[in-house]
Amino acid sequence: MLTRLKQDLTMADAARTHGGARVDLVVVAEMVAPGAKVLDVGCGDGELLRLLAETRGVDGRGIELSREGVNECVAKGLAVIQGDADTDLSDYPDDAFDYVILSQTLQATRHPRVVLEHMLRIGRHAVVSFPNFGHWGIRLQLLLGGHMPRTDNLPYAWWDSPNIHFCTIKDFRQLCHVVGAKMEKAVAFNAWGRALRLNAPWWFWNLLGEQAVFLLSRRE
Amino acid sequence: MVEADFSVASDAADRAREADIPHSLVVRFGMDRPLRLDAGIDLAPFQIAYQTYGTLNAERSNAVLVCHALTGDQHVANLHPVTQKAGWWETMVGPGRPIDTQRYFVISPNVVGGCMGTTGPASTNPATGMPWGLDFPVITIRDMVRAQAMLLDHLGIASLFSIAGGSMGGMQVLQWCASYPRRVFSALPLATSTRHSAQNIAFHEVGRQAVMADPEWRQGRYFAEGSNPRRGLAVARMGAHITYLSDAALHRKFGRRFQDRDNPTFSFDADFQVESYLRHQGISFVERFDANSYLYLTRAMDYFDLAADCGGVLAQAFKDTPTRFCVVSFTSDWLFPTSDSRAIVHALNAGGARVSFAEIVTDKGHDAFLLDEPELLAIVRGFLEGAAKARGLPPARG
Repeated sequence: MLTRLKQDLTMADAARTHGGARVDLVVVAEMVAPGAKVLDVGCGDGELLRLLAETRGVDGRGIELSREGVNECVAKGLAVIQGDADTDLSDYPDDAFDYVILSQTLQATRHPRVVLEHMLRIGRHAVVSFPNFGHWGIRLQLLLGGHMPRTDNLPYAWWDSPNIHFCTIKDFRQLCHVVGAKMEKAVAFNAWGRALRLNAPWWFWNLLGEQAVFLLSRRE
Repeated sequence: MVEADFSVASDAADRAREADIPHSLVVRFGMDRPLRLDAGIDLAPFQIAYQTYGTLNAERSNAVLVCHALTGDQHVANLHPVTQKAGWWETMVGPGRPIDTQRYFVISPNVVGGCMGTTGPASTNPATGMPWGLDFPVITIRDMVRAQAMLLDHLGIASLFSIAGGSMGGMQVLQWCASYPRRVFSALPLATSTRHSAQNIAFHEVGRQAVMADPEWRQGRYFAEGSNPRRGLAVARMGAHITYLSDAALHRKFGRRFQDRDNPTFSFDADFQVESYLRHQGISFVERFDANSYLYLTRAMDYFDLAADCGGVLAQAFKDTPTRFCVVSFTSDWLFPTSDSRAIVHALNAGGARVSFAEIVTDKGHDAFLLDEPELLAIVRGFLEGAAKARGLPPARG
């Protein structure tokens, strides 16, 4: 399911940099310190892990739900295991990684809060990227169209979607507050992959950001 | 014919010869270099028969140890000297194969307790001049691995680039990583487990009892008494072979089809194709394998429990391991199910190891690791290429 989502994200005209990498992945990668030990939860076909290895020299591991995704990753030489973010993160010891990344996967988990808590336990930092359900285009579809929103990034009919826990940037900040995570950095960008002005107020990001990436750490 | 005909072409004398003077490279360890067994006995003198493929590089950094399963042997990728059949892992090992012999130096030893030239119950006991038989000490997976480490010392290989094996071979891989973590750069335990389950011990016990129930077994002294428990061993093999397949694979291959006939014969002849197939498996196995070896090796697998060696905590076996792992299981393998592989992965994760894990969809059961499974081959190739890059090995020649 997650792989399917990722493929759709890739297939859709997801914004890409000149190098060909997806903008959201580049933004995630830029939040990771070079040489760090990283766990990518829901790593799909391994595009982010590969980007991290090539551009940041990280020691990367991955978990992926779909067999096809895992086997593709392992055949590429990536250290990836078949597993479920909702059930298998509890297997990892505390502080096993510098960063635990959840890229475009939060909305597909059954228990986002538990997943985020595990991420902050396993890693010193957590990086979460997700589609912002508060984007004006989505609001407009619901307000004027009267149906569940569908976009290039979220192309599913409501009955066929792997995404069961959508949230807005505002909602996610609330979750961070609830689990006691410290927001170290946040980036929102629009449909064309352009980052929104850093000093813009949150409500502005929540309205105009199509996607968001947060760098979190434990509040000591 | 009511009973299956298990008479075979090669006689016991041929096999006894292969056990002492094999068609393989052999290293002999004298009285001064005993193999210290878990049973508390020093085995000396003893020998290891092995095959090699490819060339060891100047840095001695490209060696891959291939460990065989219960009824396998060292003939991984060459014509088998007894059966004249292809090597058992030619899909995996060879020039241009995932374990590429143009790039890696592959070593495959016969295990201690085996019957293809490494010292085992069919070998001559120097104290009596007769085959060891049941006087041979009970051996363990750890003993096999200890002997292999002596072989590597002999070959001057301090550390392995990789080690691969399925089933009992996978047990040796895991034991290597636990016993000599600094000597293993990467490891491929396939379709295996860190401990033999009660069900697996039970199947092995049925096999052993089949051998021992054969009057020709003669308390293990069949060589000396000129007999051969071929019926017992064949029945053991038939039973075990079912556990290597799956219900779906048997149905796909044979269904309820009759063998060379259109109607049942109302007898206990091999009416069904599946019966005929199993009898054939039994016969061809007896030709190349020693009954006592079968007892010793199944016992070694039964005793295997890696966690028990570490106070019951499996993660301790792999704590701070520097080895990169690639664990593979198969959906229809009910002998070493995916849950066994998951337990390995869990322990490795807890120990902070760099581990990959893939489960491959197939109906071919436990034997899938031996077969031409494109996904398995791609995974092993990719994993080894990644490891070779990390180890700084140059690409394949030619």
